[in-house]
Amino acid sequence: MRYLPHTADERRQMLAAIGVPNVDALYSDVPAAFLVDEIAGLPRHQSEMAVERALGKLAARNVAAGSVPFFAGCGAYKHHVPATVDHIIQRSEFMTAYTPYQPEIAQGTLQYLFEFQTQVAALTGMEVANASMYDGSTAAAEGVLMAHRLTKRGKAVLFGNLHPHYRAVIETISRYAQYETVALSSAPNTEFVDAIDSETSCIVVQYPGVFGGARDLSGLAELAHKNGALLIVVVTEAVSFGALRSPGSMGADIVVAEGQSIGNGLNFGGPYLGLFATRQKFLRQMPGRLCGQTVDEDGRRGFVLTLSTREQHIRRDKATSNICTNSGLCSLAFTVHMTLLGEAGLRKLARLNHANAVALADRLAAVPSVEIVTPHFFNEFTIRTPKPGGEVIDALADEGVIGGVPASRLFPGEDRLNDLIIVAATEINTPADRDAYATALAKVLS
Amino acid sequence: MTDMTTKSFAKAGLPGTHTGNRGLQIEEALIFEVGSLETSGVDFEEPDAFESRLGDVERHDAIGLPGLSEPEAVRHYVRLSQKNYAIDTGIFPLGSCTMKHNPRLNEKLARLPGFGDIHPLQPQKTVQGAIELMALLSDWLTKLTGMPAVALSPKAGAHGELCGMTAIRAALEARGEADTRRVVLVPDSAHGTNPATAALLGFEVRAVAAEKDGTVRAATVRAALGHDVAAMMITNPNTCGLFEPEIAEIAAALHGAGAYLYCDGANFNAIAGKVRPGDLGVDAMHINLHKTFSTPHGGGGPGAGPVVFSQSLAPFAPLPLIRKDGDRYALVENGPAADGQLSFGRLVAFHGQMGMFVRALAYMLSFGIDGVRQASEDAVLNANYVRVGLRDAMSQPFGDRICMHEVLFDDGFLKGTGLSTLDFAKAMIDEGFHPMTVYFPLVVHGAMLIEPTESEGKQSLDQFIGALRSLARAAGQGEVERFKGAPHYAPRRRLDETRAARQPILSYTPTLNKAAE
Amino acid sequence: MADIRFTSDHEYIRVEAGIGTVGISAYAQDKLGDIVFVELPAIGTVLSKGQEAAVVESVKAASEVYAPVSGEVVEVVEVNEAIVANPELVNQDAEGNAWFLKLRIANLRELDALMPAEAYTDYLETVA
Repeated sequence: MRYLPHTADERRQMLAAIGVPNVDALYSDVPAAFLVDEIAGLPRHQSEMAVERALGKLAARNVAAGSVPFFAGCGAYKHHVPATVDHIIQRSEFMTAYTPYQPEIAQGTLQYLFEFQTQVAALTGMEVANASMYDGSTAAAEGVLMAHRLTKRGKAVLFGNLHPHYRAVIETISRYAQYETVALSSAPNTEFVDAIDSETSCIVVQYPGVFGGARDLSGLAELAHKNGALLIVVVTEAVSFGALRSPGSMGADIVVAEGQSIGNGLNFGGPYLGLFATRQKFLRQMPGRLCGQTVDEDGRRGFVLTLSTREQHIRRDKATSNICTNSGLCSLAFTVHMTLLGEAGLRKLARLNHANAVALADRLAAVPSVEIVTPHFFNEFTIRTPKPGGEVIDALADEGVIGGVPASRLFPGEDRLNDLIIVAATEINTPADRDAYATALAKVLS
Repeated sequence: MTDMTTKSFAKAGLPGTHTGNRGLQIEEALIFEVGSLETSGVDFEEPDAFESRLGDVERHDAIGLPGLSEPEAVRHYVRLSQKNYAIDTGIFPLGSCTMKHNPRLNEKLARLPGFGDIHPLQPQKTVQGAIELMALLSDWLTKLTGMPAVALSPKAGAHGELCGMTAIRAALEARGEADTRRVVLVPDSAHGTNPATAALLGFEVRAVAAEKDGTVRAATVRAALGHDVAAMMITNPNTCGLFEPEIAEIAAALHGAGAYLYCDGANFNAIAGKVRPGDLGVDAMHINLHKTFSTPHGGGGPGAGPVVFSQSLAPFAPLPLIRKDGDRYALVENGPAADGQLSFGRLVAFHGQMGMFVRALAYMLSFGIDGVRQASEDAVLNANYVRVGLRDAMSQPFGDRICMHEVLFDDGFLKGTGLSTLDFAKAMIDEGFHPMTVYFPLVVHGAMLIEPTESEGKQSLDQFIGALRSLARAAGQGEVERFKGAPHYAPRRRLDETRAARQPILSYTPTLNKAAE
Repeated sequence: MADIRFTSDHEYIRVEAGIGTVGISAYAQDKLGDIVFVELPAIGTVLSKGQEAAVVESVKAASEVYAPVSGEVVEVVEVNEAIVANPELVNQDAEGNAWFLKLRIANLRELDALMPAEAYTDYLETVA
């Protein structure tokens, strides 16, 4: 077996050194009845070539985003990732290291986390950011729990433009942790209705929303603050930071985001990385790992994990969160890509995304009976078609176009949204892709 | 910075350098000190003229993010990487962390466009191979554990705990006992995530006394049981590296009292292919794919923590569910499903850590069931080999007895030397090793928990044992400086954690760094 | 000289003219190690015995400081902002200037349940 170094002879020598006749003697704490000799139905070991062949066959049965005109978004975006990013994250010293508990031999990980935290704080317009969380949706749930701790209240108001998966994650944890959630009705252009009262700890709003629309949140922030509640802004498309005003500048108290768009592939939904940023004054209630600057015994600058007393391995049942990992390698991919882009590159990338979305919206609006529902957007918008969105997307797939996400997939049972399709455009889309989409859509709707 | 480095050289009796570098140990600035707002390492085409539809939210202010050109960025991150120790560098014997070899084949396969470049919400008919892969992984996990159902979506071990304990709450609700069964029993030797998870779900944590060796007696559990007990959380093999000999009796006692058994599967690497937790009576257990099934730890994630369920908890598993209808695979993304599912809801957006599923399945197929068994046996063999190699040089808290895949020492052998477990660990860094897990489990004074894993050959273990024996001898002979000043040869000496915590600096601040110079 | 009493959780309360000054014992600060953070309640907070009054954190541990007075409700009348700005003061002078908060005590007789200095010293022998 290629992954195991011992020879049969070495195993014998080692057993002799230990002083046992065979390896099962080392399992003598296990009651004999529970030691199994065989587990039926599982294959025996295979060569590298055979495994590659088997999984290659499975991979070949999926339609890769890069192989077709591709327009799906809703919290996961197909962007071009520079080759350098994957090269760096595959370096052994990054990929096969553990959490930096021994900082003297983990300065590589710690310094990039410090750079990452700085970048995230700048992008979101906030003062402090943590070293990342599992993904955007779990970061959003953690944000709600943090708001409950800060306000000593227990009700979260979830805006109608919040991604339904995010809403579901918040609702699951809230329900079982015995907190209240109020989910406002979902629609592409919801008004900021007043559902906030003295029990409300936070308002959770997405920016841009799941239907693609983006609007000024300053009024909502004021409304929240006036009622002693916090504003949590959820961003699922991190490239938008390059084109849109930062949530911090509009009065957000907590910003959570899905960072996948920068540096990370689609990966069928994971692994991704959650960004989490807040105000300095809320630092002690922020969940997740933090990297901080300090000096070593010789006075040289160095970095360590810090404020770990907030975490579960010390506070146990009083921790700010039960989470113990961040999303290390994904945050490295984010930070390398962000460093390559820089301010100038991110702005160009964001502009190109918006330009392609505008071009696509114009192209699709020209298809008979198609209506653009969202007047303002970044790189994602919603269209209304005369046929149910699910059928349209299925038929488009048969034409070789992944045309977006039907609202019915995210909002089952909400019949009024059945004719909506959420469409994303990024820098990867070419004029030919847009033509292919418009042509196929016209055919499917005719 | 140069001056300080020169000083530290001088202290070691070595000549200083102009740059502060020491040969291949290269000092690296932060990107914020070397990049500029104009520099970019990515080129883009200019879009055709268009009219913005951003409305009133268009950004006009600067973000403040410097960039680097591609060669500068590559060099920056390569230099940083060289300051890290990794499993590819050498033995990484962190107890309870299972730092084993990460095969490169798995990386290659996870990056196939058919896995790495598919969208979680593209039509299911265009991702049949991906869902089949999830079904295959589920089949492996259920067979290895002898449990009928699995939830793949939890993102890591602690998230798996949350998943398993939420399913228990949902099951209690379905029985109408959620309000009466409020207590979760946790042995005092447990990992800190266990009580944190229980508390998050509103359970009251009741500590159960463990024996000195961290194992739990069924009689102790029986005495703690009542109508208020929802579940017990237990780690098996436990945090002291020992198999819970009475786990099946404990499970039976819990079930008899209407409670569930949650098992923390962090230490599954000792028993995979040898013992099925389902046979022991476990109701839910998370499996750290990044431990037992070798997906890379990545400097602290991403992980994956699928949870297997017993028959009694299976109906409450979270969304999405994998179903097969004829030849067609489906992901059920919204509940309730038609087939009597009482899913407790959604834990994450989308379907879980697909990238980790590919890697874990590649590992399983490579090893096969015969290889998984052999790997568990070699992991246990290696830990016991380290135990006998060090038993007369170091001290064991519970006497010399066999262990599972990790072996626990305490600081008894350092008594009277003036040295601590931390000093001993830091001296190991100078010997070229990553230290073992220290000060965990909490129930042992100055704990040192060594998990070599099956990836280490006999030569590697002999060198490791030899080095630790030498250090133990040096400690006994009063060579204090070898320890107190350690590490001497790492990229950094010991770092001032108190300073970091008292005045937290969590992002780059130009003025602060100017002042420090 | 003011009357000083200790709890088994290592808080002390020093009583003068019906006002109790609460802090953590010298032993507790030594066990915690370098103190890096202190969180104090707002003035006017009403506490009952055993309720969390403050938080103290070192690099390696975090613990709560509980209101040591039993029975009657007490009110925080003063907090020591100096230790928030400079948590290291707790390491330097735990039982002196680095007190945490002052309480108005409703019923002085409740102090009888707490340990006087000598009893606390004996108690430390048993937990060491």
